Amino acid sequence: MYISLSDRSGGKRDKPQGMGTALSSEVPFRLSPVILWLGIVSMVTDVSSESVSAILPLYVTGFLGLSTIAFGVIDGINQGASAIVRIAAGWAADRTGHPKRIALAGYGLSMLARIGFLFAGGFWAIAAIVTADRIGKGIRTAPRDALISVSAQPQHLARSFGVHRMLDNIGAAAGPLIAFFVLLMIPNGFSTVFVVSLAFAVIGVAVLGLVVPDIQAKALKGSGAREGHRLFAFSWSHLKEPGLGKLLIAAGLLGLATIGDGFIYLVLQDRDSFAVQWFPLLFVGTNVVFLALAIPMGRLADRVGKIPVFVAGHVALLTTYLLAAAPFGVLWATVGCLVLLGAFYAGTDGVLAALASQLTPSGKLATGIASAQTVVALTRMLASAGFGVLWYAVGASTAMLLAGALLAGAVLAVVFILRGAKRAVPADVSDDA
Amino acid sequence: MRDRASAGAGGQKVRWGALLVVTVVVLVAAGVYAVGAYQRFEDSRTAASSVGTSAGVKLPGAPFVLFRNTASGQGYGNAATVPLSDPGGTRAISGQECDRVYGSPEQVVCLRTNRGLVTSFEAKVFDHDWEQQRAWPLPGIPSRTRISPDGSMIATTVFVTGHSYATAGFSTATEISLPGGTTGNLEDFALLVNGERLQATDRNIWGVTFAPGQADAFYATAAASGRIWLVRGSLSAKTLTAVHDNVECPSISPDGTRIAYKKNDGGALAAHWNVAVLDLASGRETVLGEKRSVDDQIEWLDDRNLLYGLPDESSDGDSNIWKLGTDAGAQPSVFIAHGWSPSVVR
Repeated sequence: MYISLSDRSGGKRDKPQGMGTALSSEVPFRLSPVILWLGIVSMVTDVSSESVSAILPLYVTGFLGLSTIAFGVIDGINQGASAIVRIAAGWAADRTGHPKRIALAGYGLSMLARIGFLFAGGFWAIAAIVTADRIGKGIRTAPRDALISVSAQPQHLARSFGVHRMLDNIGAAAGPLIAFFVLLMIPNGFSTVFVVSLAFAVIGVAVLGLVVPDIQAKALKGSGAREGHRLFAFSWSHLKEPGLGKLLIAAGLLGLATIGDGFIYLVLQDRDSFAVQWFPLLFVGTNVVFLALAIPMGRLADRVGKIPVFVAGHVALLTTYLLAAAPFGVLWATVGCLVLLGAFYAGTDGVLAALASQLTPSGKLATGIASAQTVVALTRMLASAGFGVLWYAVGASTAMLLAGALLAGAVLAVVFILRGAKRAVPADVSDDA
Repeated sequence: MRDRASAGAGGQKVRWGALLVVTVVVLVAAGVYAVGAYQRFEDSRTAASSVGTSAGVKLPGAPFVLFRNTASGQGYGNAATVPLSDPGGTRAISGQECDRVYGSPEQVVCLRTNRGLVTSFEAKVFDHDWEQQRAWPLPGIPSRTRISPDGSMIATTVFVTGHSYATAGFSTATEISLPGGTTGNLEDFALLVNGERLQATDRNIWGVTFAPGQADAFYATAAASGRIWLVRGSLSAKTLTAVHDNVECPSISPDGTRIAYKKNDGGALAAHWNVAVLDLASGRETVLGEKRSVDDQIEWLDDRNLLYGLPDESSDGDSNIWKLGTDAGAQPSVFIAHGWSPSVVR
């Protein structure tokens, strides 16, 4: 069985191989079935995780009668652990040459965590399950993105990531709807949500395990595979590579000016009474915009360059800050913020993975992607913590404007830094695809 | 492409077959479970309540206890009342579903979850005949609510959780609804600790209790930078002044001399809340003889006895209301089985 989604507007469908220097417009887009199936794996896994995430606070506080206070603390620890695990998993994927096995371990761990929900009662049991789930997510992300990267046509790398991110976000948007539909039908039906979530997790693992090929070491292990088998020296060495080092610095700078979505939603909620009642819809709205724009943004990145789109995505975020800080307590301002925020994610999330894989030699692919994603995750955590200080010191609107000023400075600096960034090993990448 | 090179056509067929089988089996299993759960829910919804009930078409004459009924069967999750003189007797169950309730002789405040594809939260105020007087949206999961003794002010605390444990930490939103409007979130009040105004970032306020006979003052919990205080609030000055350490969810006694609260002796992660009482005049704290962890805003039954809810360990979604004397050595006993969120209306 071979599934191919040909691009109708792409014209003639001739040999896609060996075109490292070709423009995206010259090579017809052909979605690799591997990417389609990885997208489906992510979609059902996101249905699984987001359905539980959406109802977990209700379950813990409303149903079990526990307090959510400590979840914030645990979540902070988890985010740090998840970031470290991510680099280790990326490294392991490169080292073993079997990214699929590492990804499968990550998806499998999250699936096992779902089984735990069927038996969990107390706070610690739930905290442990949530932690296992997040570590599983940390493990699987970079190896999976490495698989996408080697399966994509190099001319359509960002678009291929866009396809994956779209499918991913369809799952993220559908999960909460499924969960709340179950609770609408069965008011205390939390165990039913957990069972449904487990079913989707099993399907995700099954698709990955049975259908996605274990793309072999050959494809990933380039000439540099023998270098740097030590974990920490390895990630430092990226800074010496001309392209990726600059990307990590640029992504870190932008990450330091990227505050959590939660703050933006809180500003909107403070101002617009619409937002209070429909608070959960803000998240869904951003997700829907993200999934709608993921492919167009990827295409654009392949056409005009990934760096311009990555920077433009942050300009969309900057506009979000300004619009959120402006004194408009009206519906269109709220909707405008959601559209811009969705555009930010569509223009940066998959594009960053595409950029990182483009700038990394093939033998270090998963580690390179993991490094970029970890830098972004950690700097964003710092940014959110710092923004919290500002929030109380100067008030929400002023804090938002200051974050905007910082982001504007970061964007300018990044434009300067990334001006000279080039592909590290274009020939390798295209041969493997 | 490469994927087909890794396995022969026969192996591929087996794999596709296996995927199909796995998918069908888990979806059918989940579907069967969901249908079974729905039928169990329908059965329990229409089944007679597991406790003696009557229809509560209006509030009884004071004194009575208002609470959330958690007995399985009809009326699960609804606000209910029992006479103060017979707490274990037949409960009058209203038609209103509430997560948290509080009452005065003339009105009831009910914090509820409106389930739907977009789940939202709401505060509703009912009069003596369970007719809705007003309602307003809440920004999160209901946690605490109180009505001032004169009935003019209503405090609500909710957990603002965002959509996910992954993207938002713990945050509360606490507001007081006044006759002419609202205070807004109490986080925006000035927080004074040892005479200095605190500029902490991770500030949370929860669990308001109104001081009897004082129109301007209230007590609440304030937390910032990992520390927790009992604060005395002033509505006119918009200030919260720390008066004692490590007091959560304060509740003032009917005579206004003592505060009952939960006190965490287990650290930030492994919270264990003891029940304690603070004498406001002397500042003396007494930890009471409840061994279990109590996560509730305590209610005074009278000037010498406390009420609070504890989840029922044998049955998810059920809970019991316990009674505990404030004298040394007093032991807890069940006051109302299958209940939650007690409010003593005098």
